[in-house]
Amino acid sequence: MSADAKKTPSITSILEFKSSTFSVPVLVLSGNDLDVISEQLQKKIDLAPEFFKNSPVVFDLQPLNKQSLAIDIEELIAIIRQSKLLPIGIRGGTPEQIATALSLHIPVYSLHNNLAQDNQKAKKIEAITEPAIAANMLISHPVRSGQRIYSSGDLTVTAQVSAGAEILAEGNIHVYGSLRGRALAGVQGDTQARIFCFDLQAELISIAGNYKISEDLGNDVRGKPVQIYLQENSLIIKDLV
Amino acid sequence: MARIIVVTSGKGGVGKTTTSAAIAMGLAKKGHKTAVIDFDVGLRNLDLIMGCERRVVYDFVNVINGEASLNQALIRDKHCDLLYILPASQTRDKDALTQEGVNKVLEELSKDFKYIVCDSPAGIEKGAHLAMYFADDAFVITNPEVSSVRDSDRMLGLLASKSRRAEQNLEPIKEYLVLTRYSPDRVKLGDMLSVDDVQDILSLHLLGVIPESKSVLTASNAGVPVILDEKSDAGQAYDDIVARYLGEDRPHRFIEEKKGLFGKFFGGK
Repeated sequence: MSADAKKTPSITSILEFKSSTFSVPVLVLSGNDLDVISEQLQKKIDLAPEFFKNSPVVFDLQPLNKQSLAIDIEELIAIIRQSKLLPIGIRGGTPEQIATALSLHIPVYSLHNNLAQDNQKAKKIEAITEPAIAANMLISHPVRSGQRIYSSGDLTVTAQVSAGAEILAEGNIHVYGSLRGRALAGVQGDTQARIFCFDLQAELISIAGNYKISEDLGNDVRGKPVQIYLQENSLIIKDLV
Repeated sequence: MARIIVVTSGKGGVGKTTTSAAIAMGLAKKGHKTAVIDFDVGLRNLDLIMGCERRVVYDFVNVINGEASLNQALIRDKHCDLLYILPASQTRDKDALTQEGVNKVLEELSKDFKYIVCDSPAGIEKGAHLAMYFADDAFVITNPEVSSVRDSDRMLGLLASKSRRAEQNLEPIKEYLVLTRYSPDRVKLGDMLSVDDVQDILSLHLLGVIPESKSVLTASNAGVPVILDEKSDAGQAYDDIVARYLGEDRPHRFIEEKKGLFGKFFGGK
């Protein structure tokens, strides 16, 4: 509600604040060499230029600060803007970094935030937050029923995933075995994440909240080596070979 | 130092107590001093299966609470003097078991005994957790049936993550699959999961298959572990399992369907 409504009750309110959440990619930096950042950022954008053009982005400095690596905030923001991304937030910054960001009109985001429903056509489920851990994960034992694995990067399993097990990754998921449990990729909103498996028998598959349950998997893909990706909010399941 | 074996499953009624009794007897008969402990507080039945229900004075909980010594509670088996049974309490509930208490009892038993078989209750709650916590080996009893397989899988996950060996980053518990109540005829008809189906779902090495057998009920009623019924298929299968566990190489005998007289003459599978 507008604050002005209290001061001038005779005028009807022409604006209001509504609660809403948007899915925004987070640029996580683990190195502070600005030239390398500029080069690698451009490479990533070139993979899907239309997706990234004018896309809002929040940059996350937590890994840098954990390693006590300093970075020039002004220059970083300039590099991000050069790549046609629009920086709209800073996360995991030190008090000095936050002060610099605020002086450049970049808002501050907390380290933990959730993705909520938005109005997309496909069915959505809520993404989950977990404490930050090492990036890509490799699991070489069978993932048993009731177990839950979470990777903040990619997740590779070189064994089977049993029914009743859950594997989640902020990045891609690779299962070099039978996938019988639930697999959720891109759980923090990465719509580019993919799921690869040798034998699709999953109870549920999901990329960035768009999911399909076992019943909706056609017999043409069940039990086969497949890759699963998101195309315009639809899950596409394609043969691997 | 004793080897602690947990006989567990997740699912109830699949043959844990039958198996515990059989393998404990089998190990003792081969000359190893063995103790078998009933962890099912409140629903004890190991003493019935072992035929010592009329000789129970003190039980596991009494020992943990210091109300009796281990020697007072252990019951020596009538058929084999290297086999001892520690029955569960029938009147208390499972909260009477504590991790420290169980540890103390197992440590004391380890001084004298070669093998300690822990008969786990069904489920994944405290009783089952304590039965498997200190184990070195685990016999995961599974029926060739979907819910039993799913529950065994869950139990395997717990063995790999919630045991003392897992928590202290030691060498993990050695897991053995024991498939019970197997009926090759029904597998042939497609009614029942086959050995390969179960191994595929569980990714676990098979220790042995116990065929569905009337001799199991007879043995329970008589209070004699079925392994002592040398004529029965189930008894022989348990004997094979004990031999394999101790390192002997024995072929799996009860996986093929029984061929009738005609089947034998006219061949075919």
